[in-house]
Amino acid sequence: MNFVWAFLIGGAICVIGQLMMDVGKLTPAHTMSTLVVIGAIADGCGIYDPFIEFAGAGATVPITSFGNALVHGALEELQKEGAIGIITGIFKVTSAGISAAIIFSFLAAVVAKPKG
Amino acid sequence: MLKGHQSWVFKNRPVIMAAATVVGPDEGLGPISEDFDIVHGDLTLGQKTWEKAEKALLEEAAQRALDKAGLQGGQVHFYIGGDLMNQIISNTFAARTLNMPYLGVFGACSTSMEGLALAAQLVDSGAAQYAMSGTCSHNCTAEKQFRYPTEYGSQKPPTAQYTVTGAGVAVLGAQGDGPVVTSATIGRIVDMGIKDPFNMGAAMAPAAVDTIQAHCRDLGIEPGYYDLIVTGDLATVGYSIANELFEKHQFPIGQTNYQDCGLIIYDVNKQAVQAGGSGCACSATVTYGHLLKRMEKGEIKRMLVVATGALLSPLSFQQGESIPCIAHAVSIESGGLYA
Repeated sequence: MNFVWAFLIGGAICVIGQLMMDVGKLTPAHTMSTLVVIGAIADGCGIYDPFIEFAGAGATVPITSFGNALVHGALEELQKEGAIGIITGIFKVTSAGISAAIIFSFLAAVVAKPKG
Repeated sequence: MLKGHQSWVFKNRPVIMAAATVVGPDEGLGPISEDFDIVHGDLTLGQKTWEKAEKALLEEAAQRALDKAGLQGGQVHFYIGGDLMNQIISNTFAARTLNMPYLGVFGACSTSMEGLALAAQLVDSGAAQYAMSGTCSHNCTAEKQFRYPTEYGSQKPPTAQYTVTGAGVAVLGAQGDGPVVTSATIGRIVDMGIKDPFNMGAAMAPAAVDTIQAHCRDLGIEPGYYDLIVTGDLATVGYSIANELFEKHQFPIGQTNYQDCGLIIYDVNKQAVQAGGSGCACSATVTYGHLLKRMEKGEIKRMLVVATGALLSPLSFQQGESIPCIAHAVSIESGGLYA
């Protein structure tokens, strides 16, 4: 049953993204940013964690999870370190993803010659 | 000579001495591939950048057109050209190679007929004995400049159009054999408030209709005067809107065979080109390749080519401006008709 919910919820988030582009006429960049912000707000309201428990990878793989992770790290550090934690914690959970993006982009740039 | 409000009639009937077309791989797989002079199988043309590839297309077409006309570059008095790139670099850089007195024009995808009309005016008025007009576009340079980098692989809606990779050049002379340019109508900007650059056919259709009606009004003719009226790059969406507008204005377009270059160059049902072709090279390659050959065969005696242009810039689109559109019409008739 976990797989079914992951499939359905993950797919539903993608459908929302597609509708934002096709019907809402948002650009791909606006669509992505909006989904990140929605994930961040959802976690701020404390509803993303129960959502992950329910949908598993269907909630963690789509880009909304990135917004969730940003807020999650900031809130955790806020509790431990006080206000400064909002700044230091924001990339704590997402560090692996961001570092990987930078490193692999660098490696790709070394070998590839993009024409734009 | 001015006729009506916005049209020129060329009394001396400048002759299209020669025309040449060069295209890329997708156009080479289309239904009219036989009519192009050169078909490249590689989008890069062996060049380092897309922009250099686009310039190379134009240089090749220009050289081929000169060879066909039996002229040396030095004999051509003026070259008039333009393209979609910022600061029309493809034409400017090609004009550097051609080493001809050069007038750069920008009319987006209407450039082909804007250039041809101006070149015909120069020859007709005696300002030039030989004039050349050309334009080019490249799918990847246009995608990169107006939409997203090609490697980004951004999705496109079905109303989007596929920029033609190619170049078309025509050499005009005061005398000689070949089809003649008899009149031209310069379009005015029509802006219906459409802001979606993925739906340019719909934005441009009213401009095309406006120019076709102005042409007939100015010259005092009916559309049936022409065997063929062809718009530049309205594609499926724009073509059906244009037909609706003709009907609404009670304009008897049914008297003639009305087609669109964006639907001629590709097989829209088989090739992944969304609504159809677009770009400066769309009307140029279809007219100078396919249509002039049909005229040569005697299948067409008179045709009106109405090149349509969406005059947006990447900046104006990002700032939420609507798309100003234009269409220029040039009438080309078989030279033998009155000979």
